[in-house]
Amino acid sequence: MKYFTAATRLLRHSSNRRSNLQLLSSIRPSSSGHSYTSLRSYEKFMQDDCFHRKIMVKNSLRGSGVGILNCLAKFGSDGIRTHRRNLASTTSIPERNKSFATINSDDISYFNKVLGGRGVVQDEEKLDDANTDWMRKYKGSSKLMLQPRTTQEVSQILDYCNSRCLAVVPQGGNTSLVGGSIPVYDEVIINIGSMNNILSFDKVSGILVCEAGCILENLMSFLDNEGYIMPLDLGAKGSCQIGGNISTNAGGLRLIRYGSLHGSVLGLEVVLANGTVLDMLGTLRKDNTGYDLKHLFIGSEGSLGIVTKVSILTPPKLPSVNLAFLACEDYLSCQKILVEAKTKLGEILSAFEFLDINAMDLVLTQLDGLRDPLPSSKHNFYVLIETTGSMESHDKEKLEAFLAQAIESGLLTDGVVAQDINQASSFWRIREGVPEALLKAGATYKYDLSLPPEKMYNLVEEMRQRLGTAANVVAYGHLGDGNLHLNISTKQYDDNILAKIEPFVYEWTSKQRGSISAEHGIGLMKANKLHYSNSAETVQVMAAIKKVLDPSGILNPYKVLPNSVLSQS
Amino acid sequence: MKILVAVKRVVDYAVKIRVKPDKSGVETTNVKMSMNPFCEIALEEALRIKESGRASEVVAVSVGPAQCADTLRTGLAMGADRAIHVECPGTLYPLSVAKIFKALVDAEKPGLLLLGKQAIDDDCNQTGQMIAGLLKWPQGTFASKVVLDEGNKVATVDREVDGGLETLSLDLPAVITTDLRLNQPRYATLPNIMKAKSKVIKKLTLQDLNVEIRSDLEVVQVTEPPKRQAGVVLSSVDELIDRLKNEARVI
Repeated sequence: MKYFTAATRLLRHSSNRRSNLQLLSSIRPSSSGHSYTSLRSYEKFMQDDCFHRKIMVKNSLRGSGVGILNCLAKFGSDGIRTHRRNLASTTSIPERNKSFATINSDDISYFNKVLGGRGVVQDEEKLDDANTDWMRKYKGSSKLMLQPRTTQEVSQILDYCNSRCLAVVPQGGNTSLVGGSIPVYDEVIINIGSMNNILSFDKVSGILVCEAGCILENLMSFLDNEGYIMPLDLGAKGSCQIGGNISTNAGGLRLIRYGSLHGSVLGLEVVLANGTVLDMLGTLRKDNTGYDLKHLFIGSEGSLGIVTKVSILTPPKLPSVNLAFLACEDYLSCQKILVEAKTKLGEILSAFEFLDINAMDLVLTQLDGLRDPLPSSKHNFYVLIETTGSMESHDKEKLEAFLAQAIESGLLTDGVVAQDINQASSFWRIREGVPEALLKAGATYKYDLSLPPEKMYNLVEEMRQRLGTAANVVAYGHLGDGNLHLNISTKQYDDNILAKIEPFVYEWTSKQRGSISAEHGIGLMKANKLHYSNSAETVQVMAAIKKVLDPSGILNPYKVLPNSVLSQS
Repeated sequence: MKILVAVKRVVDYAVKIRVKPDKSGVETTNVKMSMNPFCEIALEEALRIKESGRASEVVAVSVGPAQCADTLRTGLAMGADRAIHVECPGTLYPLSVAKIFKALVDAEKPGLLLLGKQAIDDDCNQTGQMIAGLLKWPQGTFASKVVLDEGNKVATVDREVDGGLETLSLDLPAVITTDLRLNQPRYATLPNIMKAKSKVIKKLTLQDLNVEIRSDLEVVQVTEPPKRQAGVVLSSVDELIDRLKNEARVI
């Protein structure tokens, strides 16, 4: 597998007409294969620690492959903004595709015309935000963000960009954890956030039709008034948008009950790379007429088309919700509890999450206002079980019978049951707060893996052995779906630590025929890792489909598919 | 010493309240109900007093329809020793509840009666005070700190009042109503939930207590407060003055 590596160089101030040149970026030292020793020389010339550098890629430098410097400016615990270089993964980012054009003033005036003078953003501060991902791992250098308000505007923009060969990045809430929603170089950001209208809701069938820029939490509040709920729920709900959720086939906390988006999405309206609007916005539960194309777009992370409208089936809101926060001695008990929960709680089970002791400790120390529900002793594993049903008395009976038996058979060592909604919210805040706690704790190497439940924790323990005291290995996730969120938390990003993690983690997963990305997607972070979970032939077909729907490759380039495969076809 | 704690079953604090279409009241069918948060705090305080050795028994009491038993189960799961359920359908106003409690206290003879300062459904803030009046007991309301002396004869209560904190010394038996900052209620742990199943909930009726209640109050209509109007951007100071004078009539 060929790796593209970036050469060490200082970009010199050039006489380029685009002279709003900020400071120059230094790139990672060149290395062949997996050499991490060049870190030292790089460190040496990065003298000034408090220097916040912006990245600027000079596309005018002919023939020079320039990689992205993943700059990370973070606030240390003493509040001083320190600059740290991020080498968060062995992502070897390809060079900027030379066939892509760059923005010029004609383009800006065209966009201004299409968008009626509003929604063309070139302001530095706003671009800064849009260029940086939520994890603060990656930063692009786009000079333009567009905020269309209608599908027609999206279509005109894409048609134009396709003809000009301008690369674009569709962006929603920008909550991607794999760098999928930010530009790699200077791709034009198409932010769908202004398309946030709810178009219709059928109270009988529960079918909701809305635009792709609607924030998930807003949809949840709207449905709450109507007596329905969204079939997915995730920690990012306050910022993520439904278009993005669909483009990444988001999983979340309730997948175990309501299934994946492939099941709940009934229709999509998608704009293709050349501006063609595909109206597949059906509201039918059953429609077997030809190839069901919408599934191509669900999970394709904006690389095949931009989702503009969504039609989704929403389940009714059931009145009886119970939440239990339980403690187990070992991982084997957690698995047994899962089996017991599925059989004893059956149809009312709506969430099954787990955290290990490191995750729990991290959350309680990093976040304010949270208290340990089981303070009496330290437990190795915590399990969160939620039931949702139509009758309070029945559900409580079922839950209490299940819990009584679990305690008797020694599967549980302790637990609490939330007595009102406030207590339930505080339990959820503990589980949903782990990513935020990790962000506050420093640098995180984040892995989202699907593994056979019996083997899942073995990986965590092996990782702990490999890393020893060098890093904090934190594990939590959707145990009910066999989805492990493995996070290695350190004070700073460090090549040595990374070497111990990758490619070991991917190879381990591959050996178990697991998925290297259960729900987070591929994005930029794992674009070259597809082969760990997909056969070569499969990836070839993916590339062929990409070629059909986006021949110029302008949609979200450098992501999802490995560059090597794309450059072949 | 026995402590009696009054708990009320109310619409859960986190639920978005909706008014019934016929404006006769608030929608309560299919809505999550829980123990009143201030009652939880009262029960927590009683349990702490018992754990410190000052009390021998904590009894949770609720007055209302059959479903109150759920709330009492929660109380038992938190750690109360036994519960009393006074079955009484229909809407109950503070004075009726106070009369019921007077009869109960005469029968049970507790050394301390704890209540939440108010219920979050009616916000009356009257029951504790009325009970104290009927019993002719001292009262310490809006308690943010309760300290009992060695012999359980005197309670020192810090009250949260508008001007700050007021400290009172009450001779027991007394009525204390709890405010938010008194403590943080414990969660109901599994072992306690299991134990609660075998704890007794005694059912009483109004006849058993020899209490007659009639209400002098009748709810005529319940409506939502008027929706907040959006602000208006004015064009000049003159317009502002004109509006303040003629529309808002504040100058």
